[in-house]
Amino acid sequence: MTDTDCDAVVVGTGPAGATCAEVLTAAGWSVIMLEKGRNHLLSLDAPFNPLGHVSNDELKLVFRHFLGPDPWLEPRTFRSSEDDGDRIYTGDVNNLPSTVGGGGMHADGKVPRFREIDFRLASELGPVDGADVVDWPLDYDELEPYYAEAERVVGVAGDAAVNPYAAWRSGPYPMPPGPDMFCAVLTSEAATRLGYHPYRAPTAVNSVEYDGRPACNNCGFCGYFGCPIDAKGDPVAPLRHALRTGRCEIRPESYVTEVLLDETGRRARGVRYVGVDGTVHELSARHVILGAGAFETPRLLLRSEIGNSDVVGRFLMYHFQTFALGVFPFRLHAHRGRSVTHLMDDPIIPDADAQAAARGAGLPWMRGGIVEHGGASHPITEAIHLPPGEDHTRLMMASPMRDRMAAFTMQGEDLPQATNRIDLDPSVTDAWGLPAGRVTYRPHRHELVCAQHWAPRLETVMKEAGARHTFWATSPPLPEQEARRRAANPSPMSRHVMGTARMGDDPRTSVCDRWQRLHDVENVLVADSSVFPTSAGYGPTLTIVALAIRAARALADLEPLRSQRPTGS
Amino acid sequence: MAIWLTEHEHAVVAAAADRVIPPVGGHPGGGALGVADFIDSLLGAFVFDPPRIWAGGPFSGRAGGTASFDEFLPLNSLEELAWRTRIEGSKGMVERERNGAVIGWQQQYRNGIAALGRDFCDISGREQDARLNGDPAFKNLLYTHACEGAYGAPEYGGNREMRGWGAIQYQGDVQPRGYTDREVEGRE
Ligand SMILES: Cc1cc2nc3c(=O)[nH]c(=O)nc-3n(C[C@H](O)[C@H](O)[C@H](O)COP(=O)(O)OP(=O)(O)OC[C@H]3O[C@@H](n4cnc5c(N)ncnc54)[C@H](O)[C@@H]3O)c2cc1C
Ligand code: SF4
Repeated sequence: MTDTDCDAVVVGTGPAGATCAEVLTAAGWSVIMLEKGRNHLLSLDAPFNPLGHVSNDELKLVFRHFLGPDPWLEPRTFRSSEDDGDRIYTGDVNNLPSTVGGGGMHADGKVPRFREIDFRLASELGPVDGADVVDWPLDYDELEPYYAEAERVVGVAGDAAVNPYAAWRSGPYPMPPGPDMFCAVLTSEAATRLGYHPYRAPTAVNSVEYDGRPACNNCGFCGYFGCPIDAKGDPVAPLRHALRTGRCEIRPESYVTEVLLDETGRRARGVRYVGVDGTVHELSARHVILGAGAFETPRLLLRSEIGNSDVVGRFLMYHFQTFALGVFPFRLHAHRGRSVTHLMDDPIIPDADAQAAARGAGLPWMRGGIVEHGGASHPITEAIHLPPGEDHTRLMMASPMRDRMAAFTMQGEDLPQATNRIDLDPSVTDAWGLPAGRVTYRPHRHELVCAQHWAPRLETVMKEAGARHTFWATSPPLPEQEARRRAANPSPMSRHVMGTARMGDDPRTSVCDRWQRLHDVENVLVADSSVFPTSAGYGPTLTIVALAIRAARALADLEPLRSQRPTGS
Repeated sequence: MAIWLTEHEHAVVAAAADRVIPPVGGHPGGGALGVADFIDSLLGAFVFDPPRIWAGGPFSGRAGGTASFDEFLPLNSLEELAWRTRIEGSKGMVERERNGAVIGWQQQYRNGIAALGRDFCDISGREQDARLNGDPAFKNLLYTHACEGAYGAPEYGGNREMRGWGAIQYQGDVQPRGYTDREVEGRE
C-alpha cells in the first residue's frame, strides 16, 4: 500500500505520456494523467468511444485553434540570438496541439525508424565545429524490440522491403501500406528515374481494421486535423488501452505548474496543477512522468528549478525544413489521402556530391533528412496566400497551390548547439500568469549548406515528374532572406522539437540518464523528445514511443524486451 | 437579417467582399457567397449559446452520417476570454490586457466600414478599391475573413449553397464516406 494519490502522475497525454500510461497500467500501476488542454478525443467512460468533436472543418481546426493552444492565452516568444534583445516575436512558436492526445491529433503519422548510425554520430562521423554532436547512451540494436512494440501498439502500415537504407527489423509491419496518393506516385517515379530511392511511407494510420479501429477512408483532412473516425492510432490506441485497465484516470484542463520535491530535495512527491477555473490542486505520486513535449517539459523543469540547470532547455533542435514545390499543368487532387504517402532517405546518406559540398563549405560531413512526398492544402489556406481582387478568383479556380502543387519537405538534421534553447521570457506571461516559454534559435551552417545543396536537386525531381514551375524555400529562411523573416512569424515552422533535456551518462553535460530519469531527482522521468541527444533526419514520434516503452518498462521493473536480428540483414 | 452589423454595414461588407473576391467566370464572388453573413455571425458569435466559434462534428451530413456541424461546441471560460477579447476587444478589462490592450474586430469593422464612406455601395468598383486601399490593415482583415467565409463550411454563415467550393472544384468535407482508393490513386 502506498499513501500517495497514485503510483505515477503523467504530465501530458500526447504520444509520450500515453505510451507510459499504457505500459504502467498494464504492469498494475495506478496512473493519473494531467492534461493542460481540453478533451475532444474520446469519452472518458467505457467503452471510451470517440467524442465526435473533430471533423473535416478547416476553419475550426486550422484557423480557430480548436485543439489549442490559443496563442493569445499561451503566447510563446522567439529571438534568433541574444543580439535581438528580449524577443522579436510573440505568438505561435512551434505550437503543437494542447489537448487530450497532444500533437498526435494533428500529426499525419509518418513513422520511420531511425537508423543505426543515428545513435552514434560522434563515434561514426566525428565532431563539427560549433555544434555539440554526441552519441546516444543506447544503440539501435537495443531499441529495435521497442520499435517493433511501438509499431504494434499504435498500428503502423508499411512495407519492410521497400526502403533500401532502412535499419534491420525483427519482423514485418503489422499492416500493409494504404493507397498511394496520385501526386506522390508521380514524384516518386520521377525520383526513381533519377536514381533516388523513394518508398511507401510507414504510417501510423490503419490500412485495414486494426485494434478495433476502422481503416482510413482517405478523407484528406489529415495533417493539422484530428481523425474523425479514429483511423490514426497514436495516441488514441495507448490511451484507450490504459483506460480499459481501470487503473488510468485522465484529467483534462489541468495545467501542471510545478513538480514538488520532498524535504530531501532529491525526490519528487508529486505535482501542483491549476484547473481552468483557477483552483490549485496538489497530487501526490510515487513517480512523476513528464510527457509535456520538448517545449513545455523544459519550461516546467525551469519553473520547478529541477534538472541540471546548466543544460535544461539547451540543445533545442528542430528539423531544418527545405521545401521544393512544383506546379503541374493538371490537377493532382492531393487533398485526398493521408497527406504524405512516400518518403525517401537519400539526403541522409551522403553521396559523393554531398560529401564534396560539405568539404567545400568547410564541414567534415553533412546530413539532410527524409524527403516527404506530399502536396495540397485546403482552400482557405490557399486563398489567404493569394492577392485580393480578380487574381484571387482566377487563381482559386485554377488552384495552383491546392490542386496542382506537389511538395517535397526535407526534414533536415539539425545539429545540437548549446546556444539554441528554451528559457522563460522575462516579461510575457500566459493566461495563468506564468512566464511564456522563449526560444533562442539560429541554425548551424551545416543546416544551411545542406539545404542549399539539396533544394535544387529536389527541384530537378519535380521537373522530371512533370511540374511546369518549380521553386524552393526553407524554414527558417536562409540568412539572405533575413529581411522577409522579420516581417511575419520568424520562428521555424517545424513541429518536431527535440533535445531540451538531453540524456547521457555524464550528469554534468546532460539532464537525464539513459533511462530518461533526471540525474538530480531520481523519481522524475522525461518521456518525450526532450531527451534526444541529436535530431536525426526522421520524424521523431516512433522513436519517442519506442523510448517511452523502454523507459516505462524499466521503471516498472519489467524484463527488457529483446529481439533477434534476422540472419543476413 | 443582421446579427451584429447594421443593415447598412452589412451592405458595405457585402460590396467590399465583391471587390476582394470578385465574381469572375463561374465564381459567384464574395458578396453572393454570403461573406457578409459570415462576418456578421463572427462579430455576433456571442449572441448565441454556445457561441458560433466552433462548429460541431463529426459529420455535416453532406457525405453521409448524421448532420452535426450546426450544433456548435461550447467554449470553456479561458477560451471564451480569448474569443471575446478578439471579437469585443479588451475594453480596459484587466484580464483581457495581460500582454497589452486589444482592439477588437467589432471596433475594427465599425471604424473601417465608416471610413469607407456612406456612399460606398453606390460608387464605382475602381473607387471602392481606392477606398479599401486607403486602410491596408482593415482591408487585410476583411480579406482574411472573406476567404474564411467564401471557402469555410457553410454552417458558419458563408459559402452559400456550397457554391464557394463548387466554383473551385472542391468537395469540402467528405466524412464518413471519404475517398475510394481509386479516387486517391488515379489521375482525373
Ligand atoms: C501537423 C503535424 C504533423 C506532424 N507529423 C508528424 C509525422 O508525420 N511524423 C512524426 O514523427 N511526427 C509528426 N508530428 C510531430 C508529433 O506530433 C510530435 O512528435 C508528437 O506529438 C510529440 O509527442 P509528445 O507526447 O512528446 O508531445 P505532445 O504531443 O506535444 O504532447 C504534449 C501534451 O502535454 C500537454 N502539456 C504540456 N504542458 C503541460 C502542463 N504543464 N500540464 C499539463 N499538460 C501539459 C500538452 O497540452 C500536450 O497535449 C507532427 C506534428 C504536427 C503538428
Ligand atoms: S486521411 Fe485517414 S487517417 Fe487521416 S484523418 Fe482522414 S480518415 Fe483519418
